[in-house]
Amino acid sequence: MVPINYYIILSAILFTLGALGVLVRRNALIIFMSVELMLNAANLAMVAFSSVLKSFSGQIFVFFVIAVAAAEVAVGLALIVEIFKSKRSIDVDQMNSMKG
Amino acid sequence: MTIDLILFLVLALVAIATAIGMLMSRNAIYSALFLVLNFVTVAVFYLLLGAPFIAMSQVTVYAGAIMVLFLFVIMLLGAESLPQAEVLPWQRPFAIALSVILVGEAAYLLITRARPAGDVIPPGQAANTMDNLRELGMVLFTQYLLPFEITSVLLLVAMVGAIVLIRKEKRVR
Repeated sequence: MVPINYYIILSAILFTLGALGVLVRRNALIIFMSVELMLNAANLAMVAFSSVLKSFSGQIFVFFVIAVAAAEVAVGLALIVEIFKSKRSIDVDQMNSMKG
Repeated sequence: MTIDLILFLVLALVAIATAIGMLMSRNAIYSALFLVLNFVTVAVFYLLLGAPFIAMSQVTVYAGAIMVLFLFVIMLLGAESLPQAEVLPWQRPFAIALSVILVGEAAYLLITRARPAGDVIPPGQAANTMDNLRELGMVLFTQYLLPFEITSVLLLVAMVGAIVLIRKEKRVR
């Protein structure tokens, strides 16, 4: 029997590592991966709550989050490829002008 | 120490270590591979929590489709590693201090305010897999039918959007 608090603390740690990645890294692709890590941490907390409350709503919400993450990655990576084509770099420090 | 708890602690160590590895590695391909390992570990957590359908979706969609897309883009752009140029030198320690505050606050609030009482059900006492899947399908296609259909429209819009963004622009004169 694992207490639910352990899952919540693990989820909080993973979410914080994702947020730290967004703040610290300069590579746009790694920032994107850190966003995925944060989504994943939230999913873990939701499945843990769903398991304790014996309700399927949490799991179905996680299913929707996975679908939305897939859509987000498709559009986001297309944007990153487009930025790379115009600036020859994906360093976020160089994306400092509105006009490409 | 039950076997569940030992399994949880080992997997939690793997999950945190791979997340830190993703943050630290200089090469973007190593970061992506660390993240795949992290996603698979979280899928095992879902199995421990008695959610086999979500675990399989996690492996196929996240570790399969999404990370392959990431690796493909990394190799397409040749952007494995960027030259190190610190524009804001104070940003890194500041971000780490903020993260420590965030993890403390999140854990404290989630545990004290939003705790449903009790332990998670171990897989042995959960309903068997087919019953679980049947009930999940019933809820998904009755109570949550409209969001499910809207998801299909969202995926279509994302597909069209990605194609439009990537397409070569025709010069219209």
